[in-house]
Amino acid sequence: MHLDHSHHHTPAVSADAHRPDGSRRALRVGLGGPVGSGKTATVAALCRALRDELSLAVVTNDIYTREDAEFLLREAVLPPERITAVETGACPHTAIRDDISANLEAVEDLEDEVGPLDLILVESGGDNLTATFSKGLVDAQIFVIDVAGGDDIPRKGGPGVTTADLLVVNKTDLAPYVGSDLARMAADAKAQRAELPVVFQSLRSEAGVADVAGWVRARLAAWRA
Amino acid sequence: MSRAALLVLADGRFPAGGHAHSGGAEAAVKAGRVTGAASLEEFCRGRLHTAGLVSAALAAAAAAGADPVSLDAAADARTPSSALRVAARKLGRQLMRAARATWPSAELDAVAREFPKGAHQPVVLGLAARAAGLGAVDAAYCSAYESVSGAASATVRLLSLDPFDATGVLARLAPELDRVADAAVEAARRVGDEGVEVLPAASAPLLEIGAEVHAAWAVRLFAS
Ligand SMILES: Nc1nc2c(ncn2[C@@H]2O[C@H](COP(=O)(O)OP(=O)(O)O)[C@@H](O)[C@H]2O)c(=O)[nH]1
Ligand SMILES: [Mg+2]
Repeated sequence: MHLDHSHHHTPAVSADAHRPDGSRRALRVGLGGPVGSGKTATVAALCRALRDELSLAVVTNDIYTREDAEFLLREAVLPPERITAVETGACPHTAIRDDISANLEAVEDLEDEVGPLDLILVESGGDNLTATFSKGLVDAQIFVIDVAGGDDIPRKGGPGVTTADLLVVNKTDLAPYVGSDLARMAADAKAQRAELPVVFQSLRSEAGVADVAGWVRARLAAWRA
Repeated sequence: MSRAALLVLADGRFPAGGHAHSGGAEAAVKAGRVTGAASLEEFCRGRLHTAGLVSAALAAAAAAGADPVSLDAAADARTPSSALRVAARKLGRQLMRAARATWPSAELDAVAREFPKGAHQPVVLGLAARAAGLGAVDAAYCSAYESVSGAASATVRLLSLDPFDATGVLARLAPELDRVADAAVEAARRVGDEGVEVLPAASAPLLEIGAEVHAAWAVRLFAS
């Protein structure tokens, strides 16, 4: 929904692709998925991979601490003013889907204070398999699961696995130790997602986050086109 | 005007950021002041007659067309805790966004420009009611109800309280809510002639102190 822009300068709806000054706002990418699957580690790796070519910022949605934000600060993946933590009132999925107010405020403040930005990564507080981001908050979403959470997760599906713009199956280095069948996970994901892309990654391997970073670059190119 | 607009505005699911705030319930639970349905009722009663009355009067006055800048200053003066002032402005900014998207109005746009980081939430609530075609009575009810409903639903999450018990608390407070809304509207009615000084200034010191303590915690579920 877009309001009539003739009589005000501050857009009320942040799905709007333009900032108050008329410039194009940053692409916003959400990262969701169960606790411990590697969302923060992926965010950190993406920041390292992209920070020299893009102007970046991160919003974290911790469940009850500022731990994700503090991890990113400790790892110094970005200057501190580019990392913001949103408090979610014990309901992380509400803050990214049903009532995105606090997250919209955080992304707008980042653009105002450290912008212009090319990309804002929004990490959700770890949640269950049903959590997805509102289209009013992000332009694309990545759902991160790992091989250690059970190789039946792609088969079980759920909105995150089925509809995310990119499904990341993380920690493939652990597959031999937890007895996860990667071929089966790939086949199940394909059955659930048809043509939507899936990346298998291990952040402990040399390739690391390269495939996901490539996907983000492509989304950004499409967003700017 | 449509009376049903009040249901939209007062709906706990109206996406204006309230879900991340406990209205002081998290601090009260931690301090052992709220432990179950009975103490939740006392907590909410105290909140309703103090912070609730003040916010309902501000909302009613804003809905009736009083100057938002003076009302915002009056809200500041009635909120000693800086943590609560910050929370009220954050929530005001978030409500402003939701209200402008829901009931587009030049008046809301003007106040959003005047307060880019947010005006006090009750003032914005009154303006939202106005934009929705509602009146001072509706705004007072909405604000008074919010002053207890947020704390009740937060307590359900914090204590795993039986949700029927929490809803029962709200139902039992309904007659008092009527009286608070009446008093709020009466005060708001006098603002036009006598200025914002006539607005109630009831305060709850434990809410203010609790909010300051809560804001300093490293680990918490709610933003306030
Ligand atoms: N072995 C292995 N561990 C990983 C990988 N990615 C993340 N981890 C670890 O998994 C744990 C949880 O990661 P984190 O990013 O905090 O998960 P989040 O809750 O989804 O944000 C941390 O100890 C990470 O170091 C990976 O690819 N391989
Ligand atoms: Mg994390």
